[in-house]
Amino acid sequence: MIAADVATIWAFIIAFAVFVYVVMDGFDLGLGILFPLFPAKADRDVIMNSVAPVWDGNETWLVLGGGGLMAAFPLAYAVLMPALYTPMIAMLIGLIFRGVAFEFRWRTTQRKRNRWDVAFAGGSWLATLAQGIALGAILQGIHVEERHYAGGWWDWLTPFSLLTGLALVVGYALLGAAWLVLKTEGELRDKAYGLSWSLLFAMLGSIGAVSIATPFLHIQYAQRWFAWPNIILTAPVPIAVAAVTILLLRSLAKRQDSQPFFLSLALFALSYAGLGISMYPYIVPQSITIWQAASPENSQIFMLFGVAVLVPLILGYTAWAYWVFRGKVRPESGYH
Amino acid sequence: MFEGWDAVALARAQFAFTMSFHIVFPAFTIGLASYLAVLEALWLWTGREVFINLFNYWLKIFAVVFGMGVVSGIVMSYQFGTNWSAFSDKTGPVIGPLMAYEVLTAFFLEAGFLGVMLFGLERVGHRLHFVATLMVAIGTLISAFWILSANSWMQTPAGYALNADGQFVAADWLKVIFNPSFPYRLVHMVLAAYLTTALVVGAVGAFHLLRNQNLAGPRVMFSMAMWMATLVAPIQIIAGDQHGLNTLDHQPVKIMAMEGHYESHSDGAPLILFGWPNQSAGKVDYAVEVPKLGSLILKHSLDAPLAGLDTVPRKDWPPVPITFWSFRIMVAMGFLMLGLGLLSLFMRLRGTLYEQRLLHRFAVAMGPAGFIAVLAGWITTETGRQPFTVYGLLRTAESASPLAAPAVGSSLVAFVIVYFAVFAAGIIYILRLMAAPPHPGEQGPSHDVPTRTAGITPAAGVASATGAAATEGAVR
Repeated sequence: MIAADVATIWAFIIAFAVFVYVVMDGFDLGLGILFPLFPAKADRDVIMNSVAPVWDGNETWLVLGGGGLMAAFPLAYAVLMPALYTPMIAMLIGLIFRGVAFEFRWRTTQRKRNRWDVAFAGGSWLATLAQGIALGAILQGIHVEERHYAGGWWDWLTPFSLLTGLALVVGYALLGAAWLVLKTEGELRDKAYGLSWSLLFAMLGSIGAVSIATPFLHIQYAQRWFAWPNIILTAPVPIAVAAVTILLLRSLAKRQDSQPFFLSLALFALSYAGLGISMYPYIVPQSITIWQAASPENSQIFMLFGVAVLVPLILGYTAWAYWVFRGKVRPESGYH
Repeated sequence: MFEGWDAVALARAQFAFTMSFHIVFPAFTIGLASYLAVLEALWLWTGREVFINLFNYWLKIFAVVFGMGVVSGIVMSYQFGTNWSAFSDKTGPVIGPLMAYEVLTAFFLEAGFLGVMLFGLERVGHRLHFVATLMVAIGTLISAFWILSANSWMQTPAGYALNADGQFVAADWLKVIFNPSFPYRLVHMVLAAYLTTALVVGAVGAFHLLRNQNLAGPRVMFSMAMWMATLVAPIQIIAGDQHGLNTLDHQPVKIMAMEGHYESHSDGAPLILFGWPNQSAGKVDYAVEVPKLGSLILKHSLDAPLAGLDTVPRKDWPPVPITFWSFRIMVAMGFLMLGLGLLSLFMRLRGTLYEQRLLHRFAVAMGPAGFIAVLAGWITTETGRQPFTVYGLLRTAESASPLAAPAVGSSLVAFVIVYFAVFAAGIIYILRLMAAPPHPGEQGPSHDVPTRTAGITPAAGVASATGAAATEGAVR
């Protein structure tokens, strides 16, 4: 079913980069989403300190996703970006506000610090909603003629894309809460446990809603999931979701600090695999396949060398950076 | 709003606006990262406290600038697709990989080690921390390598072929990467970044010397910055001249625009010093010119013939007034930098480098000169290659996304508002950090509770530190 050609390898590399982005920036966007629920300055300082050393590396995966898409699948990049114009610009502006807040809030007076805290939370909400809406807009299909986008500049806005937007807000918030369980202690962690419970149920509801709505978008999605013999391959996904959910509930009940974050990531991985099953082999659903969008082979092979050598290296030193700043973050400790 | 506007013109305005804001930050961080690496190396080598104080002082500023560079840079990496989708489709196979390599070899390196550089000195030890600083500095240079290669390929495309879909594809990657204008542009830009940083550092040093001539930190940074200006400003002028001659070979029309040469000259072209380029009339009004000097500079011969824009179809003309004037602003800044460098050398030899108030005032005034020169230089090279995105092969008008004017106009307005609000605040914070002199025991960009109350003894601090270590062990 999957041809092992360079274009397919690149589809997996881009999918991997986007997933790593979701894994790494998801929780720090989630912290921004949850920020309004933590009004105390001490809590906010801890929350910020828990990601300050790594957020920049996290966002670099987004640049790789965009740059890699342009390089490996220029046609897809050229069609998707104008189609998603408004969500993309909104995402960029959201990321600006939250990105600068990391430094700015330490460089100003108390009163103005609140202003950057609002920027951090608002930017995180905006960026996450925009990413979720973009995802929904891609899934519902994009109007392509010849080699370019041929729709209007509001086509992305539908009930379905709003649903995926909210679903992503819920999902990132869960990652953020689980991150706080991992990285903090005392009352802050207790509060994060409480949030993790409610957000987990909200997340399951969102996964359910998106899963039910998706097959109604296109008959192909329904066939991909439910037609025989595909169902043998697709059925394990919901079963695994159920299994991970049980483990996650147990870790929350037993208050095993180190587990909820990684189990929430597993939930994301499964949802992401589900998306991949729905979309493959299209890169712009129902219009452009990965082979139609692919760069010439010599471009893709030229980059493949770099990826093969550099990505393991990158993962290595990124892991080292997380290791350096491991452990619980305390307000009074000398952490960074 | 914006109905009836030209969507391509709006997209160009948006690109110019977001790019101009962005380039200021990397121009500063490329130089500052290297400066920080030098400061830390000097500290490790000599053990002198002044170097670690200066390191921590500039590290705080670096953190703010770097953050702004990152967020304004993400905008650039998506804007190719959102606003220049036809360009992305056609050139993606060639310049896409160059940018992907930039991300893989540079951005990750910078971002991966930045956290340790900013916050990790006490956690990883001095040597490993120096490695982190070095990696960030090297990352900024690698980033310059790839992005200037991509830009240069658009200016002087080489090593490419066209495929059936009308896309540019690589025929020879080495020729693509090391295209004819790339080495010149790379050298010119990296030197520009170093000079820009030196001028900022020198201005901050001079600002504090004007208040107190005995502070160790300002003396050291002022001296280091003036050495940089003395040595690099002349090299930069030579590098710029060589870059210009390279442009004459590959983009002669850009040189015509820079020089205001609307008319051809068969026996020696003048050097037009000043004047007002009149694009519709095709001549420079109120020109102040030196006969034959233009040919002498460009062709190294007084009587060498030089073609003008009258040999070029009008539809291929770049906007001469902008190119002409931005070039002059850049050159003027370059010669002012040379002047500062020579003056400081003179004062240094006389032994009055730290006392000469006039020199310090001059250095303070020159603080922003590097940024002005970088912006003017980029405006020169980017307007001078119009109306093409890939020089001579792909027109700007054919590169844009199929977007309606209201969409582009709205995003442009949004960017203008957000950039002025956000980056103005950032610049104020940077100026505020610069307004205080570096002092003994300077702290890095740590975000901890800044002062311990008097009641807490050092012993308690040690106890809480060991407590932290114990919990860490438990987490492990």
